[in-house]
Formats: sequence, structure tokens, C-alpha cells
Amino acid sequence: MTAIDDLFTRLRASGKKALMPFITAGDPNLPFTSKVLLRLQELGCSMAEVGIPYSDPIADGPVIQASYTRALANKVKLDQIFHQIAETRRSLSMPLVSMVSYAIIHRHGPTRYIESAKAAGFSGAIVPDLLVEESAQFAKLCRERDFNLVQLVTPTTPQDRALKIAEQSSGFLYFVSVTGITGERTQLPEGLIDRVGWLRERTNLPICIGFGISKPEHVRLLSPVCDGLIVGSAIVRCLEKACESEANAIASASELVSSLLAALES
Amino acid sequence: MSTVTPNANAASEEAVRQVPDAQGRFGQFGGRYVPETLTRALEELTLEYAKAKQDPDFQAELNELLHRFVGRPSPLYHAARLSKQLGGAQIWLKREDLNHTGAHKINNTLGQALLTLRMKKTRVIAETGAGQHGVASATACAHFGLPCVVYMGAEDVRRQKPNVFSMRLMGAEVRPVESGSRTLRDAVNEAMRDWMSSVEHTHYIIGSVIGPHPFPMMVRDFQSVIGRECREQCLSSFGKLPDTIVACVGGGSNAAGMFYPFVEDRSVRMVGVEAGGRGAAPGDHASPLTYGSPGVLHGSYSYVMQDDDGQTSDVHSMSAGLDYPGVGPEHSYWKDASRVEYTSCRDDEALGAFDFLARNEGILTALETCHAVAKATEIAKTMSPDQHLVICLSGRGDKDAAELARLRGQEW
Repeated sequence: MTAIDDLFTRLRASGKKALMPFITAGDPNLPFTSKVLLRLQELGCSMAEVGIPYSDPIADGPVIQASYTRALANKVKLDQIFHQIAETRRSLSMPLVSMVSYAIIHRHGPTRYIESAKAAGFSGAIVPDLLVEESAQFAKLCRERDFNLVQLVTPTTPQDRALKIAEQSSGFLYFVSVTGITGERTQLPEGLIDRVGWLRERTNLPICIGFGISKPEHVRLLSPVCDGLIVGSAIVRCLEKACESEANAIASASELVSSLLAALES
Repeated sequence: MSTVTPNANAASEEAVRQVPDAQGRFGQFGGRYVPETLTRALEELTLEYAKAKQDPDFQAELNELLHRFVGRPSPLYHAARLSKQLGGAQIWLKREDLNHTGAHKINNTLGQALLTLRMKKTRVIAETGAGQHGVASATACAHFGLPCVVYMGAEDVRRQKPNVFSMRLMGAEVRPVESGSRTLRDAVNEAMRDWMSSVEHTHYIIGSVIGPHPFPMMVRDFQSVIGRECREQCLSSFGKLPDTIVACVGGGSNAAGMFYPFVEDRSVRMVGVEAGGRGAAPGDHASPLTYGSPGVLHGSYSYVMQDDDGQTSDVHSMSAGLDYPGVGPEHSYWKDASRVEYTSCRDDEALGAFDFLARNEGILTALETCHAVAKATEIAKTMSPDQHLVICLSGRGDKDAAELARLRGQEW
């Protein structure tokens, strides 16, 4: 049982939902990433998703792409990220999940990736370019090491396939709200609530919704049908300002996160 | 053939042709490393392509287009003066440069445009490096009345201007890509991102044997018309199969199309030539098969130029079409099975080949193709005059005139 499994068991028992912010490791530097994680915990986030910068992220919109580019321009390396997270981990009680391309996992070696990530304090990985068909071997390595492999379901996923993905996923299931790349949306697609509801009746796995979520009304609308909400681009955009003023960036991200948490409580 | 000990070569010989498997694996290479959002479209494409492949009407329509619209079969031309100059093998040029739009790329775009219509999709996107695939996509789309958006790295927009203009003349929208290295790799990223949002009504015509399954197999099949024709033309021109075939390799579509029909002919030596750029130092070339290692890029597992952290490395080639850090998975498979030899050729050697072919044969060759020509002339010299060497002359050089002038500090 990982810290993520434990978190959702507790949340479900108390009828609560998770807010899971996404931030990019090393944007613009690793000490700032630690500061932001500590602040997110302080505000009341249940867990956080940490993006490992990648040079060719095809599922990401301009905001997250740009954050990866900034981090890589400062030559951030995976081992440094793990080192920084391990340091911060001592003051963090919330679980962390890494978002990472399979290109990076393959280069480091799947076993080495899982073991280093776990030693640093990550409870699992979301691998957006590892389809369920390609994931058997990696999923097995994760299971053997009590490390979650979070898989994704999208609006284009047929129902029978969604069930298969839910069976293979662990920790939670990442339900992608839109057909497209990451980024804030004013409106979320029709039928989303029904699709999540359909799947929720058929799996015990916690379901978290991500992509496009940026406003308190999104949170109010979606939280009843899921176990958690993932907010990425909207927060990364607030944090962009860190290059000018770290304090302003954290203040702006805090304001957004607070408003989303308030919507979750209401 | 009877052997007492198990013959590993025989096993690999048999296997070489039977790829990919149902998961799109060429041995360990290939597969599908893409976001879940694209899976349904890739499945749909796989099914539709399998049906079309068996459908005589589809094949007849494609063949008719290749004949009357493209001008196929392309000639197999005996470069007698060139052969004599070098004093080695007889050199034959498979003239893909004489196709409509000036390169082999049209063989694939017409096939995929027909599939777009069969799948009832109403919009096409494409990536392009040298612009030849962009022009071929724009051409196929104009022919069928499909709207077409072409993503092209901003650096490539600069160095391949004539092709940008041609695409626009045929009604395509060219979107310059400013991210990353502003070359082919970034154009593929942007096209993939477009497809992530538009996948329900848009088909992405990938221009090379790269990307997730079924693209490497499907593009190879559409380009195999090159090798099939060439095989027949060799038999009718000099009564046997060629001794050696040479083609350039960026993503590797002209090479895959040329090599595939000869894969089982073990007597035929095949050589793929990558872009050696300025030299062997990292960042100075675009030769993943020569200097890279297996990894994941743009949806498949293949040789790639990556750093030790899995980040894609910067690469360099003066030719936009070869300036790419990855390569098709079937080439990786052929390399590891030792069926095809891969080597690389520097910018300056390719430029020398451009002049050599221009002055000895009166053919202006695409800078991409010049890499194959340079290596082939070296190889031909080591062969005897009763042997035959075929070069896949994949594209014509008109598009490179301005860039050549710039590289040489001449006025254009």
C-alpha cells in the first residue's frame, strides 16, 4: 500500500476530495520547487504531481512546454530532482507522484527509475506516453516495488478499453477531461460527468480528473463525481513569474489554489 | 540447406521480412509510445489500412494516380558518364526526382490522402523538414479538395523557401514552428499536438517511416513502389539484381521503400547513409544509427540521439530533410539484424557529390540525396565494371539553389 492508496482510503472514509496541483520540477530552479511544494501542503492540498521536464512533450500545451524548456535551459537533471525531492520530503507529509515521459524512464532503466523515485519519496508515476498495451512489464516492476503506475483514460477511449485501463492502473485513474493537450479551458466538454460517473460505478480505483481545470466552478461541478482534481497549466502560469519575483509567483499560485480548495470544501 | 548446429542467421533471415507484428514491433523496435488520446485514431487507421490493402479498388485507384498524376514508373537511368569517370561499378539512378513534386514523398501522401477520405476525415495535417513532404501533402490535398495545415520548423522555412511558397500556392497553410531547435523534430511535436485536439476529424499524414504503429509499416508499404519497380527495371535493364543499393536516411522513407522489396535477396548489399554533418562530435551530426542508441521518440522505440537523461539531443545537418534526431524503427531492426549497413556522410562530402552529379550528368540533386550519392561514388570505385550499383535519387535539387548559394557565399 503506497501513500497514495492510503490517502484516498482516508479521503473516501471522510467523504473528502483531493486537490492535486501539478508543478514542473526545476522551473526555474529546484529550491523554488521545494518552496512551492511546502506552500501547497500548507494550503491544504492532498498531494502534488511533479512534472519531470522533457524536451519533446507531445501531450502538453504551451504553458507546460515552456516550463519544461525553462527548467531544461538551466540543465536540470533527473538525479538532481530526486536529490532535491528527498531533501524536501522530510518536511512533506503529502504524497507525491511523478509525471514522466517513457523516453526518460527507458534511458535510466525502468527498475532504476522506480527505485530512485521511490527512495526520493515519490509514491508513483504517471507516464503519459506509455499505453496500456506497452505497459505490462513496467507495471509489473512497479507492483513488485509497491510503486503506483497511474494510467490515463481520455474522451476518445472506448468503454471496454477504459475498463481494461482501470484494471491495470494503480493509485488512482487519471481521467483526461478533454480531447487535446494540457491547458486551461473556459468550458469543459459536455458528457464529461456522465463518462466519469459510468466508469466510477465500475471500478473501485479512485478517479481524478485533469486537463483544462483552472476555475472554482470547474471544481464545484466535477468534485461530486470524482475523487480528486488535477490542476496544472493554471498553476504553472502563476509560477512563471518566479523569474522576476519568487514571492509574487508563490502569492499568485497560493491565491488560485486557495480559491480552488474553497470550492472543493463548499 | 542442412546444418547440424542451429543457424541463427537462417532464423533471422526468415524473420527479416515478417515484420512488424500486430503490435507494430520490428523485433524490439517500433510499437506505440503516444498519449492515450491518439489510440483510437491509430486503431482506426490500422484497420482501415488493412482493409484498403486488400481492396482491389483502392489499389487500382492509387496505381492510376501514381501512373497518370505522378508519372510512375520513374526511370532507372544508367549514369554512364558518371560510371566511367569513377571507373568502378555501373551506376544506376532510380529517378524519384522526376516524380510530380520532385521527390518520392508523393507516393505516400496520395496513399494516405485516399485513406483520409475512406475514414471520412475532413482535414489533413503534416510535418515537413525539407518541405518535400509538405509540398507532396499540399498537392494530394489540393487534388482531393482537403484542407491542409503543414507544420515546419522556422529554420527550415528559411532554408527551404521555394517549397514554402509552393505549398501556399496550392492552398495549404504553412505554420512555422518556433519552439526548440526550430527544425523537423519540433514540426513533428507541433503536428502531434494539433492531432491530440483534432484527432476526431483530422488525419495526420506522417511523411516518413517514423511515429507510432501503423505509420512505419504503412509509409514503408506506400514507398515500396520504388523498390518493386527498381527490381523489375534491374532485371530488364541488365538481367540480374543489383549488387549494391544506396539510399539516404533521415527518418528513412525513401530508403525503406527502396530496400524493403530486396530484403530477402541476400546477394544484394544495401547501404543507408545518414547525415554526418560537420563531424562525429555530439551535436554536429544527425546520425542516430551510426552514433545513437535505442530509445523512445515521437511514438516509437528506435535508435535516437538522446543525452544520458533521455532528453533529445540537438543534431545538425545542412539538409533540412535529414536534420532529425530519430530514425524509423525498421531501419533499427535492419541494422541490428545486419541486413542493411548504415554509415554517414559529412556536409562537405555531400556538397561535393552535388557538383559531381550536376557536372557529369546534368542532374541537380536534393542535398538530402547527395549524401547517398557521395557514399555511392566511394563504394562504386571499389567495385568492378561488370557490377551494378543503384542509387535511390530521392529528390531534385531546385529547392536547394538559394541555400547552396548562401552556404557558398554566392549571389542567388
